Amino acid sequence: MPRRGPWFALLPLALLLLWHAAVTRQWVAPGIIPAPAQVAASWSTWIVGPPGKSLSPYSGTWLANVLHSSRRVCEGFLIAAGVGIPLGLMIGWNRLASTLVDPSIQLLRPVPITAWLPFSIAVFGIYDAGALFLIGLGAFYPIVVNTTHGVRDTNLLLLRAARMLGAGETTILRKVVFPSALPSIFTGLRLGVGVAWTAVIVAEMIAVKSGLGYVLWDAYYVGRMDICVATMFSVGLLGFVSDRIILGAGHLFLRWRVLEAHG
Amino acid sequence: MAERPRAAPRLAAELRDVWKEFVKGGRRVEAVRAIDFAVAPNEFAAILGPSGCGKSTLLNMVAGFDRPTRGQVWANGAPVEGPDPSRAVVFQEPALFPWYTVLDNITFGPKTRRVPPEVYRPRVDALLAQVGLEGFASHYPAELSGGMKQRVGIARVLVMEPEVLLMDEPFGSLDAQTRLVMQELLLDVWERRHQTVLFVTHDVEEALLLADSVSVMTARPGRIKKRITVELPRPRALDLTTSPLFNELKREVLALIREERLRAAAE
Ligand SMILES: Nc1ncnc2c1ncn2[C@@H]1O[C@H](COP(=O)(O)OP(=O)(O)OP(=O)(O)O)[C@@H](O)[C@H]1O
Ligand SMILES: [Mg+2]
Repeated sequence: MPRRGPWFALLPLALLLLWHAAVTRQWVAPGIIPAPAQVAASWSTWIVGPPGKSLSPYSGTWLANVLHSSRRVCEGFLIAAGVGIPLGLMIGWNRLASTLVDPSIQLLRPVPITAWLPFSIAVFGIYDAGALFLIGLGAFYPIVVNTTHGVRDTNLLLLRAARMLGAGETTILRKVVFPSALPSIFTGLRLGVGVAWTAVIVAEMIAVKSGLGYVLWDAYYVGRMDICVATMFSVGLLGFVSDRIILGAGHLFLRWRVLEAHG
Repeated sequence: MAERPRAAPRLAAELRDVWKEFVKGGRRVEAVRAIDFAVAPNEFAAILGPSGCGKSTLLNMVAGFDRPTRGQVWANGAPVEGPDPSRAVVFQEPALFPWYTVLDNITFGPKTRRVPPEVYRPRVDALLAQVGLEGFASHYPAELSGGMKQRVGIARVLVMEPEVLLMDEPFGSLDAQTRLVMQELLLDVWERRHQTVLFVTHDVEEALLLADSVSVMTARPGRIKKRITVELPRPRALDLTTSPLFNELKREVLALIREERLRAAAE
């Protein structure tokens, strides 16, 4: 692998410069898109500005909204993983479970989570439960599908090895199938957390009255495009951080796999 | 010469008129036909045969991975119903659990069978020394060479003290040098325990060096063409391969294989 050096910063800087030029030189109609500097200023007031009756109603409210959204993502994601991983293991391992459950999942999966919004509001109302439903459902699909694939990919030779060493079904599931599926499960978790951030923004824009998604839509309504862009950056950053956390956890649990890749 | 226990009344493994047919995509493949074959306790039995003649099929049926289409497979006085630690298998691929260290791979069997650690620990230590893997207990399979992996594969079944050891071309993927080392290791294992072994191979010299009997199979559908008793003295060492008796046996086996190849080509 070639050394990366600081080159990774080149493209982002170029894009930033392009953005700056597009606004200051009026390549786009004035007043629609804020300049990078303006976004940075608004963002910093939003984060560290004094709360309460200052010039900007957003002043100092960033962290609270980030926490709202992050909590929802965490909860929804944990529910999705808690249901998706065991279910995926069962579908991948057990023919009966596969016949009973898999077709329904495959039929429901193509329905985009955005299409579930009216249903979610009608059933759960404008509460957290509706947001959790959307997040959990969205993250559930990649987790369950990847877990199932991982289980089905288990090497037949390893299954035979475990059997001739005296392992029963439970031992095989715990000590062979699960570890073998773990890389795939982590792929599912990474995809899942990405969907969770999409879902939380959608849910907060429409179904609940707090969090980054709510701020995004609210700022758009009152014409604060600078806050909109700052929100987009915030969501991107949080999505990136959560992906890194899962990746890090993966490296921790999959030490043997890292060795394999470098061996 | 090592003392051989007298033949016990029951056989370590026995196939009675065994037929096996695979059905794949609507096509039938007859892998083995009318096999009658037995391994006595403490015997090292080798099976030789051309590629695709059904050697693995035969071994897999003794292991309990596959069931015969017709006939009976017995081991240690009972019909074979499925895989069991009394019939441990060393595969051609090491088939180690990559997420476990060497130690955890070797203790997988004892732990699964709830053998207390104070019982298996000394055995594991002795085995690690015997197969030359002291100091590698906490390594992962990915950190080992092919020969070392295969030695872990052997240690993890020997720790179970199986009644029959089934080996399917266990050294087939190793380089010539490593293969010699592994053959010596296996001779040593046999000397220590008089371990019953059913050993499948392509390699005539390997079969004659290790085994008490060499059974040559026909081309597919595989049958046992001839069983040759290898009356070479034990303990054996690698230099045995230069002895006149060894070479006489080798000529005999090679003639059988040539005959079989000609017969198969004529069909
Ligand atoms: N699961 C299976 N399904 C269908 N056909 C099979 C299966 N297993 C083996 N066969 C066929 O049965 C025949 C015997 O296969 P087997 O693996 O026993 O041969 P072998 O003697 O071990 O060959 P090799 O020396 O190459 O390992 C082959 O023609 C093979 O294609
Ligand atoms: Mg084979």
